[in-house]
Amino acid sequence: MNTTAATTTTTAPTFRGGWRIVARKEFTDHVRSVRFLLLVVLLALAGLASVHAAAGPIRDAAESASETPSIFLYLFTISPQRVPAFHEFLGILGPLLGIAFGFDAVNGERSQGTLPRLVSQPIHRDEIINGKFVAGLGTIALTLAVVMAIVGGYGALQLGVGPTGADLARVVAFFLVAVAYIGLWLALSIMFSVIARRAATAALAGIAIWLFFTLFGGLIAGVIADAVHPVDADSPAEVVLDNARLELDVRRFSPDQLYRDATGVLLNPDRQSTGIVLTSEPAALPSALPLTDSLLLAWWQLIAIVAGAVLLFAGAYLTFMRQEVRA
Amino acid sequence: MDRPSATTADPSSLDQQGHLLPDVGNDAGGPAIEAVGLTKRYGDKVAVDGLDLTIGRGEVFGLLGPNGAGKTTTILMLLGLTEPTAGSARVTGLDPVRDPLLVKSRVGYLPDEVGFYEDMTARENLRYTAALNRLARREADARIAQALADVGLAADADRRVGGFSRGMRQRLGIADALVKQPSVLILDEPTVNIDPEGVRELLLLVERLRSEQGVTVLLSSHLLHQVQQVCDRIGIFVRGRLRACGTVDELATGIDDRWAFSVGVTGLDDADVVLRSLPGARSVDRAEGRWLVHADRDLRVEIHDAVVRAGGRLAHLSRTGADLDAIYHRYFGGETEQTTTAEDPA
Repeated sequence: MNTTAATTTTTAPTFRGGWRIVARKEFTDHVRSVRFLLLVVLLALAGLASVHAAAGPIRDAAESASETPSIFLYLFTISPQRVPAFHEFLGILGPLLGIAFGFDAVNGERSQGTLPRLVSQPIHRDEIINGKFVAGLGTIALTLAVVMAIVGGYGALQLGVGPTGADLARVVAFFLVAVAYIGLWLALSIMFSVIARRAATAALAGIAIWLFFTLFGGLIAGVIADAVHPVDADSPAEVVLDNARLELDVRRFSPDQLYRDATGVLLNPDRQSTGIVLTSEPAALPSALPLTDSLLLAWWQLIAIVAGAVLLFAGAYLTFMRQEVRA
Repeated sequence: MDRPSATTADPSSLDQQGHLLPDVGNDAGGPAIEAVGLTKRYGDKVAVDGLDLTIGRGEVFGLLGPNGAGKTTTILMLLGLTEPTAGSARVTGLDPVRDPLLVKSRVGYLPDEVGFYEDMTARENLRYTAALNRLARREADARIAQALADVGLAADADRRVGGFSRGMRQRLGIADALVKQPSVLILDEPTVNIDPEGVRELLLLVERLRSEQGVTVLLSSHLLHQVQQVCDRIGIFVRGRLRACGTVDELATGIDDRWAFSVGVTGLDDADVVLRSLPGARSVDRAEGRWLVHADRDLRVEIHDAVVRAGGRLAHLSRTGADLDAIYHRYFGGETEQTTTAEDPA
């Protein structure tokens, strides 16, 4: 009796920070995986293609224009020759990155039979899923950092112009938004990995939702907008504008659109709004915005992305905590 | 629960002989495992029903029962991995509900169908466990090397687990449980799906751990003859209830056909008639070229004499493990089967 009490009080180890041990292991696994290599290569190639396509026109424009602020940032936003701009590429392919590092997070442990062993170690149960989320987020950040360094470096060489301090700040902001956006998909994917018994099911579910938003989201928004504000050849401009506005609002239910809004504003100091820009309308302010103003413009989008990620992760977390070990 | 009351009433007399006995080695700081009225319900289904159990330190205890009897649920409750609906448990004096981490740091657990990270080596897998137990790298490496040597996997330490056989995985699972230097080892169905030689090695290992390191072992199984080789006591678990608890001998007391003999006779055509005529013999059956005699008492001398008197020669005579089968039948076969075997001899 005494010995028990003694060991309890004197040598009682504090089992804190178990999630860090889980995260470290998962991060190492991710970084060593073929998955990671493939995604870095895929994103880097896509990025190089878009930057390469953008560099030429930017050079031409820069020569003719008298004063263009942030030439460097155009690398990420200009899309000539039907090649999507880098930030658009990331909007489309980013979810894949999130899904890739989460779809087998929990059911992989189940199917390998490692989960009972893991939960019987002195860590809290939630530290498993927290550690996995953090590791996934870390891997995503690393992937993006590597890809953006490659793409940015290549673009700077092509242009012969490096980023200014302000450009760099905007690139960092863009990076953070992209990590949050992909983190949302990671959270979704981890949730599926908790719910679905098989990793393949979870991956397919994630991909289905990704396709739904990227392919059909726009279509559905268009259909809704047309139903509410029908437009034909001789509709007044007001109606056309209402139609376009409604379509955009509906599209904002998609994380994809939120990301486009936010990064569009953050990478374009000239953009004065996340809404529809009418070329006929004179710009309210003639000059470029400081980063803080751009952030304010994208504020709601940023909040929505982070809130979405948090909600999805909470869903994954709660489901995981309620599941029986043997389930 | 839907059994006739006679079923539950009968073994309860054995119960008293078994689990109310004072425990071995509890002077070293209370029992290793103690459960009082431990109950787990999943909706309407009762997985574990008011389990009272005490396991002393250094004891090897076998939890025996058919699949789905509630063995794993019990183990999960002891580890704090699932909360009891009612009742309480103490493991090394700690409540798994309130101190799950401390309990888990002291209890080594080999789950049913243990799994490992396939593309990591045995050593890497154990390193992760060591890290989760907050062991410093040097200490961890020493313990891992020791644990792998203990289970005979030292030579395979740096091979990927993906290439391991079931038996090797099972042993690695034990090494994994040993890394934390547990005072209690819980093995859930450790002998399932491994070959007889693997089973033998595993049971020897359990024996050694107990004698060399004084580890308390709780072993669950549905195979009585394996369990009884290493266990000091056996608890018989059926439908969430502990039907009986004690040593094999205690469990066998009161079972009519615990006297069973395997008899080999040559030079005698009507050996079965001779054997059946013995007073006290209740049944004689042909089994694997020999005669299996169930009796009320020890008939070895009588069998010998009768065979010789009839002009035959006794090639073999031994008491068989039929008492184990009888125990099994008694608790798992149900009352009806029990009576038929008793009345069958004619």
